Amino acid sequence: MADGSIGLWTVPLAVFGGAIRVSTPFLFVSLGECITERSGRINLGLEGTLVMGAMSAYGISYLSGSPWLGVIAAGITGALLGALHAGICSLPRVNDIAVGIALMLFGTGLAFYLGKPLIEPTAARLPAIDFGWWSDVPQVRAALRINVLFLIGIALAPVLYWAFRTTRWGLLIRTAGESSDAARAMGYSVLAIRLRATMIGGFLSGIGGSFLSLFYPGSWNEGLSSGQGITAVALVIFARWDPMLCLWASLAFGGAAALGPALQSVGVTSGYHLFNAAPYILTLAIMIITCSPKRTLTGAPAELSITR
Amino acid sequence: MTSDAADPAQAAGVAPAAAPGFLAGLLQRYGTTIEYILIPGAALVGALATFGLFVALFGKNPLDLYFYMYQGAFGTWFSWQNTLTRAAPLILTALCTALPAQLGMVIIGGEGALLIGALSATSVALVMPWAPPLVVQAAMVCAGVIGGGLWITLSGALRQYRGVNETISSLLLVYIGLAVLNHLVEGLMRDPASLNKPSTREIGAANMIGSIPGTDVHWGLVFGLVAALASYILIYHTVFGFSARVAGGNIRAAKIVGLGVNKLILTICFLAGGAAGIAGMIEVAAVQGRTNANLAAGYGFTGILVAFLARHNPLGIIPVAILLGGISASGGLLQRRLGLPDASVLVLQGIIFVFVLASDALYGRISFLKGKS
Repeated sequence: MADGSIGLWTVPLAVFGGAIRVSTPFLFVSLGECITERSGRINLGLEGTLVMGAMSAYGISYLSGSPWLGVIAAGITGALLGALHAGICSLPRVNDIAVGIALMLFGTGLAFYLGKPLIEPTAARLPAIDFGWWSDVPQVRAALRINVLFLIGIALAPVLYWAFRTTRWGLLIRTAGESSDAARAMGYSVLAIRLRATMIGGFLSGIGGSFLSLFYPGSWNEGLSSGQGITAVALVIFARWDPMLCLWASLAFGGAAALGPALQSVGVTSGYHLFNAAPYILTLAIMIITCSPKRTLTGAPAELSITR
Repeated sequence: MTSDAADPAQAAGVAPAAAPGFLAGLLQRYGTTIEYILIPGAALVGALATFGLFVALFGKNPLDLYFYMYQGAFGTWFSWQNTLTRAAPLILTALCTALPAQLGMVIIGGEGALLIGALSATSVALVMPWAPPLVVQAAMVCAGVIGGGLWITLSGALRQYRGVNETISSLLLVYIGLAVLNHLVEGLMRDPASLNKPSTREIGAANMIGSIPGTDVHWGLVFGLVAALASYILIYHTVFGFSARVAGGNIRAAKIVGLGVNKLILTICFLAGGAAGIAGMIEVAAVQGRTNANLAAGYGFTGILVAFLARHNPLGIIPVAILLGGISASGGLLQRRLGLPDASVLVLQGIIFVFVLASDALYGRISFLKGKS
């Protein structure tokens, strides 16, 4: 009876819970990509980073028994992939978008290769905090089982927003992204700034991946990521390179992705795939609306290769 | 590869002295061509060596690896047929990146055009079951070209008329295309008999395009070869191709001499998407027989790698596609004989791609190829 008593409320509740669970990887990858893109470089390889992060987190958690070590390992793996991306991009005449596609292939391939023995065993998963203790309804309790990583991600967005505006580091990253000449004139190495920004971006994306394998869905297999990394890159454009907007957009896209399964559970089965494609359609729509032949995307870092 | 840091004057002074007159002349005339073969070749060798090292870390003998790769790709007539079958869609999806590259555009949406081409071709075949096979096949080719062509033209038009970056829009369109395909295959176009793997109805055995006589290689290879050859002639031996290359080199110069840049871009994008659309049509009409999610097998993404490795030269695409088709064909043998995971092909492709892109930095820096200029 407890099940039936909430009736149609299942859908908004599932969307709410889903938004929180599904949005966490979006949030981490998009905040990471936001830092990278603000420094004037685009890393499309984060899909590969996400999958590598998921694999290494699962592997380390399985071997060590500590999921938190797994999260850290995922971050380090991501940072290394970021360093690889930045290293190749600092060579002259190398197209950063093409390098991103290459690392997407490489990262997913490597993760599938190394992760082959990890499909069977079960690793220790990340704990969740139960915010739903006050309720008797199981759906409410399920929706309110929230992972610490989600809370960290939520806190990170305003911190980044503040850091971009006021700290020395934020200013340097933005300078490198708006005018590499200005950064060079100030005596800073643009390549070094971008290297660090890409590594931090990779670190955060790796952590986003660890959430996939260690919390939700919480296992390792080759179909784990259905393009969340690419979605998150699109989401940064949708959010106009603003960390706070990245947070809201991640929640919205997470909710959209959760809407399909939620509707399926109450009997509406069509349109599932179109909901999943919503981030791509909306990002394309935003680009079409805000671009014009004379003016590029508002809010876009001037050095970014997609705006030139 | 002598020191690439040497200053140009010194390099120019050293080169002719090192090479006797005839050789110097050759280098001067063909230096760029040699460079275009030597550098990707070196990148390929470097990538294979790195992959060998990677495999050695897991206790496998790299020499075995190279032997089985050769065996699986080109060792027997059977493996050659497997390789050529896989090369066919790669040639076509590579053209989807290589043709716009002549205009300085980076299009990475071949996978999307392939899926939409396949979907259009299947739809056309399903609405005309009464027609003779040859008519159906011709209609499928047209539908594939138009579907895939318009999909990439959309990216080109958005770039020209709205200033939207074509790389990002073509990538987004891949995922939108995949969603459209899944939506239709699981809904409107679903064959009720396909339970586990939602698919459209079959186009019918009579409408399949079959194999080249005497082989197991389907006719798609011929489509690929013809398309590559036609693209080469179009780009290098017609006024249209010349205008495209002018616009690709300097868009302002092209506008000043009165070239219709918009028309050029839209036409090239249509042809590029059309090529990938044919790849989709072939996968339906020669392999799958129907449309389902199996079509998103990554040919579009490997095609990007082929185009970059071939330096966007339509003729260069043919051997490179065969090479990469061979690598993916050898995957099965590597799995059986060496116990490598099936993802090893993906790893190797990624390593090759990384090496090829990094090697872009070498052009014009190899001093002995510079000759006197």
